[in-house]
Amino acid sequence: MNFETTIGLEVHVELKTHSKIFSPSPVEFGDTPNANTNVIDWGYPGVLPTTNKGVVHDGIMAGLALHAQIEPTPHFDRKNYFYPDNPKAYQITQSETPIAHDGWVEIEVDGQKKKIGIAEMHIEEDAGKNTHEAEHSFVDLNRQGTPLIEIVSKPDIASADEAYAYLEQLRQIIQFTGISDVKMEEGSMRVDTNISIRPVGQKEYGTKVEMKNINSFTYVKKSLQYEEQRQQREIMSGGRIQQETRRFDETTGKTELMRVKEGSDDYRYFPEPDLPVLTISQDWIDQIQKELPKPPAERRKDYVNELGITDYDAMVITQTKEMSDFFDEMVQAGADAKLAANYLQGDVNAYLNDNQVDLQNTKITPDHLATMIKLISDGTISSKMAKKVFKAITKGEEPKKFVEEKGMIQLSDPAKLQPIVDDVVAANPQSVEDFHNGKDRAIGFLVGQIMKQTHGKANPQVINKMLKESMSK
Amino acid sequence: MNYFNESLTTIHSRLVNKEITAKELTQQTLANIQNVDGDINAFLTVADEAAEKQAAQIDEAGIDADNPLSGVPVAIKDNMLTKGMKTTAASKILENFTPMFDATAVEKLRNLGTINVGKTNMDEFAMGGSTENSAFKITHNPWDTTKVPGGSSGGSAAAVAAGEVLAALGSDTGGSIRQPASFNGVVGMKPTYGRVSRWGLIAFGSSLDQIGPITRNVQDNATVLNAIAGHDSHDLTSSTKEVPDFTSSLNKGVSGMRIGIPSEFMAQGLDDGVKQTVLAAADEFKKLGATVEEVSLPHTKYGVAAYYIISSSEASSNLQRFDGIRYGRRAKDVKNLEELYVKSRSEGFGDEVKRRIMLGTFSLSAGFYDAYFKKAAQVRTLMNNDFAKVFKDFDLILAPTAPTPAYGIGEDVSDPMTMYMNDVLTLPVNLAGLPGMSIPAGFSKGLPVGVQLIGRPYDELTVYQAGNAFEQDTDFNQQTPKLGGNN
Repeated sequence: MNFETTIGLEVHVELKTHSKIFSPSPVEFGDTPNANTNVIDWGYPGVLPTTNKGVVHDGIMAGLALHAQIEPTPHFDRKNYFYPDNPKAYQITQSETPIAHDGWVEIEVDGQKKKIGIAEMHIEEDAGKNTHEAEHSFVDLNRQGTPLIEIVSKPDIASADEAYAYLEQLRQIIQFTGISDVKMEEGSMRVDTNISIRPVGQKEYGTKVEMKNINSFTYVKKSLQYEEQRQQREIMSGGRIQQETRRFDETTGKTELMRVKEGSDDYRYFPEPDLPVLTISQDWIDQIQKELPKPPAERRKDYVNELGITDYDAMVITQTKEMSDFFDEMVQAGADAKLAANYLQGDVNAYLNDNQVDLQNTKITPDHLATMIKLISDGTISSKMAKKVFKAITKGEEPKKFVEEKGMIQLSDPAKLQPIVDDVVAANPQSVEDFHNGKDRAIGFLVGQIMKQTHGKANPQVINKMLKESMSK
Repeated sequence: MNYFNESLTTIHSRLVNKEITAKELTQQTLANIQNVDGDINAFLTVADEAAEKQAAQIDEAGIDADNPLSGVPVAIKDNMLTKGMKTTAASKILENFTPMFDATAVEKLRNLGTINVGKTNMDEFAMGGSTENSAFKITHNPWDTTKVPGGSSGGSAAAVAAGEVLAALGSDTGGSIRQPASFNGVVGMKPTYGRVSRWGLIAFGSSLDQIGPITRNVQDNATVLNAIAGHDSHDLTSSTKEVPDFTSSLNKGVSGMRIGIPSEFMAQGLDDGVKQTVLAAADEFKKLGATVEEVSLPHTKYGVAAYYIISSSEASSNLQRFDGIRYGRRAKDVKNLEELYVKSRSEGFGDEVKRRIMLGTFSLSAGFYDAYFKKAAQVRTLMNNDFAKVFKDFDLILAPTAPTPAYGIGEDVSDPMTMYMNDVLTLPVNLAGLPGMSIPAGFSKGLPVGVQLIGRPYDELTVYQAGNAFEQDTDFNQQTPKLGGNN
């Protein structure tokens, strides 16, 4: 029997606004528990929420970036449930009228392009955190009220690879809007998945199994692959899939049962009476559309078509908006696009990885890196010399000045090199003879001699050419 | 000091003329509460020396001649947060809760130099119409201490009627200011939804709750509303509309005013004395130059059902924060989290509150939401339309406030449906978010009877204008209960 797979993804993205979605408390992490809270975050009797307009703005922006329809008059709803990290015992979210709906993300798997639909996207508040120690449990409400957007996909994803590609595209698209850091490892992006399989041709979907809080895209992919196989084995051996929540064990690479769902939870959603219905004017939407930075897919297209770099290079450069902007500025400053791309994915990426920093938090500037590349292009420095220059750039030094101060300028002027070439040719008749006898190694030796005399500053390409000319006379 | 012969104007001029200091006034008020409140039980908490100190500071700074509230003692319903003064909402679950900040309405009064002399009794979390649902005490009607004071702002209304204070704040979700005002022969205004900030008001039905003043006369009422009205950045449901001076049109009379009496409000099991009072009030308004005609609000008959579904649904959610985790009562000797929740809430809430939480939880449940909550919301829209239609041709609506005068303590408690039906005449005003005021308009079997004046949204001015015209031409609000041994 052949099966087809249906995957749904619910992605939570934390917005990096200064204050919380319904209270003026700062959004900051790593502080003393409950330091960034006030009476609203505590669910104190008599308090009321106020909507952070910046969150609505960011929600619209995310919706537009996902090609979604913006709801002109969205309201908030209450989702009711008891838990100590949820001080009001309800979460303010959107159920009836999500701020955006019916969008899409384009993915590419094995050269095949496909649009994955976004069913809806809403804005809501995050909960606090419970911690447990021996006899006691503690509640930290610092995270309570942190703004989130939740993006719910349509049942268009048919494989673990597509799920991976979707998440990668989604991450990039949101990252480029600048509204979130979208980092799984820091919790600013969280993924819940559901997966079902059905015999090819069957109309109804199979029973869904949910998996929560898987902490990397790779694990999402692996867990879906495993689950797809497990469900097939289960059905083929005459079993049934039950509605349940499973957990992915990273060490074994298997999913295991967490809890069986009996019916659906009843959250008793109803419209939040403390907040007026929002009004989103077309003018506001148009204005945000204008603010929206150029999306990664468009940038990639331009890089390949207009700057002539490879698909792969374009892909790497558009990992983050900062990298892409950086690249644009380098090209603007006159750097060769291919060299710029090479340096970004080579030396720059290596530096970022080694030091575990983001590009925007380094001393490297597009101007400096562009200057260095121009120095390489016009032969002022060799790519070997460039290694030292790059190091200087990471310390914030201006490359031209650095090269001059260190006397690193490459000797490329034939008039200055000619006497040295003549001397070396005259002093090594054996090598000249070897050269005439077709021994290529001989020229390498002669270049080495010239390098010795010029303390490595001679432009190897120039002297290569000069040596050949000199000996062919 | 009892306030039977006083108004804000007279007491303020005595303060300005230094016949009495704010400190002396506060001391005498507190002493009078000591004397009187044993029979009435209007207060849950009475202020201590801190109130006298505050009054002394106002004396020191000098009574503000332009501010009629400067140096005046007031009382606050116990569901409004008062910084440093216990706020219980008459519930065991908040028995020892002392807030960190003032409700906006309380803060505004404080900033104008009023002295808070105490917190008044109420039905637990404002759920009820007799103040018998208080977890702590039963308040008695000053006109007949065997009768209830109405509710849920029964303590505030009784305190004003008994001359304990000149003005008190109440809150009104389905009639909780107007009905006790009617039962106690005082003036109670429920302003337009959004007129007064709800910040610091312990929520019951968030889309219905509104704070308003209870006073002995219309002018005092308008003066207090002047003080507490206005937009508050803490409450996005509070209106940004400009707040007029509510005393500015008091003396303009009702000549040419078009007043409608909804036939539906005159039909349902109305006490004969109440009916006669409304008809007499209609005649009075005609005499003063208004036209009075019968009008129709056809969807009124669905009001009680819609109201109890909406208010209980909102309450079921609002009251979930009382879970024993952060403040208020926490049950002891529990084995796990669920038991902590269940035991804290079972011990902390009274029967009526539990009844409404269950009703609200049911109405919002999956599978029932459409038939209950959603349907109720639709009824609400229809009722809004009914009012809007009437207000195209009429400036005001005149109606009875409550179907009966005050009833006996213990009479209604056993049957919640009877109790719920008492709100039938007041709750449509909350569902539509309109301003409504009860003014003393007569007596039935020796007990005060009020009539309700209902205005267009944000048109409290016209309500006050008509109320004052009526009051100036009648003497109902000048009659006072005989305290002590009147039963």
